[in-house]
Amino acid sequence: MTDLSVDLGFIKLKNPVIAASGTFGYGLEFEPFIDLNLLGGFVVKGLYFSPREGNAPPRLAEASSGLINAIGLPGIGVERFSEEVLPRIRKYDTAIIVNVCGESEEEYGSVVEFLDKKEGISAYELNISCPNVKKDGLCPALSPEATFSAVSLVRKISSRPLITKLSPNVTDILEIALSAQEAGSDAISLVNTFLALAVDTETRRPKLANVYGGLSGPAIKPIALRMVHQVASRVNIPVIGMGGILEGNDALEFLIAGAKAVEVGTANFVDPEATKRIIDELNGYCQKMGIDRIETLIGSLRT
Amino acid sequence: MIKDPRARIVGKESWRDYFLMRLESPRIADRSRPGQFIMVRINAHHHPLLRRPFSIHSKNGKTIEIFFQVAGLGTDLLSQKNTDETLDILGPLGNGFKAEAELKGKAVALVGGGRGIAPLYFLAQELRSSGAASRIFYGGKTRADLPLRENLEKQGFDISCSTDDGSFGFKGFVSDLLKAELKKFTPARIFACGPEPMMKKISGTARQKSIPAEFSLESVMGCGFGACWGCVKRIKRGDGEELVKICEEGPVFPAEEIVWEEEEG
Repeated sequence: MTDLSVDLGFIKLKNPVIAASGTFGYGLEFEPFIDLNLLGGFVVKGLYFSPREGNAPPRLAEASSGLINAIGLPGIGVERFSEEVLPRIRKYDTAIIVNVCGESEEEYGSVVEFLDKKEGISAYELNISCPNVKKDGLCPALSPEATFSAVSLVRKISSRPLITKLSPNVTDILEIALSAQEAGSDAISLVNTFLALAVDTETRRPKLANVYGGLSGPAIKPIALRMVHQVASRVNIPVIGMGGILEGNDALEFLIAGAKAVEVGTANFVDPEATKRIIDELNGYCQKMGIDRIETLIGSLRT
Repeated sequence: MIKDPRARIVGKESWRDYFLMRLESPRIADRSRPGQFIMVRINAHHHPLLRRPFSIHSKNGKTIEIFFQVAGLGTDLLSQKNTDETLDILGPLGNGFKAEAELKGKAVALVGGGRGIAPLYFLAQELRSSGAASRIFYGGKTRADLPLRENLEKQGFDISCSTDDGSFGFKGFVSDLLKAELKKFTPARIFACGPEPMMKKISGTARQKSIPAEFSLESVMGCGFGACWGCVKRIKRGDGEELVKICEEGPVFPAEEIVWEEEEG
């Protein structure tokens, strides 16, 4: 029997497969399809302090092997999450990670301050990289200074491990990753979506009401892998890799490139059983290759 | 909702770019109600990536049918699938029409524009078995855009057609045909599905005549089961309006809840 567990230092996951924020609802949406206990963990949809409506429709446009979304982080806010959702998901034996959003640094702080008093959360994923909430995809993760500042502030408030989720829409991803590390982040997750545009040639309008959206799916995987490799080779904290993982083999690529765990996103829409299937495929690969512990694969890229 | 990775295609009919496909999926068929939909994975590859939503056109024992028009790569590839191939489907999804017992013995109007006829056949069957009398209004651009007309007639439904070019039936939009017919009869309810401008007109007519109406809305969908927040429309809730997920709280909404989009200038 293969040992699929991975140790992120601040938390041990039963396997490296985490369902990604924004693609897994609050977890409950997937109860009809999979046993949530099987997952390494899941990240609930991004939470602001108050409920939010998100962007005007249309919010989705399909691209070649990809999806462009401008959902705009609608959500129920921390109070309803704590009262209605958390009691129902905390019974699962899996890491529950809350994706934390904010219009300002103060709001990141107040979300964490509120949630810190609630039981049943394993870690926070600081979402400083959503491209769909400010004009032209502006977000803190585009600058090392803003990243350092936001992470430092939340680090002081949070009693729980902090994962900082980075944007790929930067010139030098390593510089941003090092800022997050220096500010005290316990881990880094990357990549969020690539700022993108789709045009309706009949109307000459953008396909999305928000004009720009974020590209995800298999189309971005090679670039995401490169960025994960660049970062994982240089930082001292664990890296959680994501970007276009649909199959077990995609997840393996990220682990070999240096990710200690992976997040599975868009695949959840296509196949609500994707996370479970990917775990099975990782297990199958390890057995076939005679690997006892999946951790031995991490960062094993031969260059 | 159920994932059936191996729903077998057991029947296929086509008319120009319109297709009727029968799928064997006992558990999904068993749970399906009129107005609900399924999400179909087009192939096992990366492109097209997302599943496509299709109204359930009918159910018969272990099988359900979907009716679609080729409108892009997804429907084009789907139309090339043949009998005995299998499809990975999720369903039944969404709320469905409220075809309650109170409609028994009453007349109702079912209005379908183009491929919007898709969910109305299942509804007509269900209403017939519960003792309501359906009049079906079916509109298309031309005679060739009314592929299901003969099937519906054969089933003995009272059907009136319209074409934009007058090549068959009433010349004009199906919303205008309905409006003209409403001078002669007053249905207890109107059910409609089709292009948004058509439904918006019907909504106005229904309001003038104080006839309750239900509409099946269409949207691009990411998942179909509430996880992606991609398919929202503006819906009246309480005193205000909210962006509501069509897949979860719809696709069928009562007329009074729908905030129709302004005509583009």
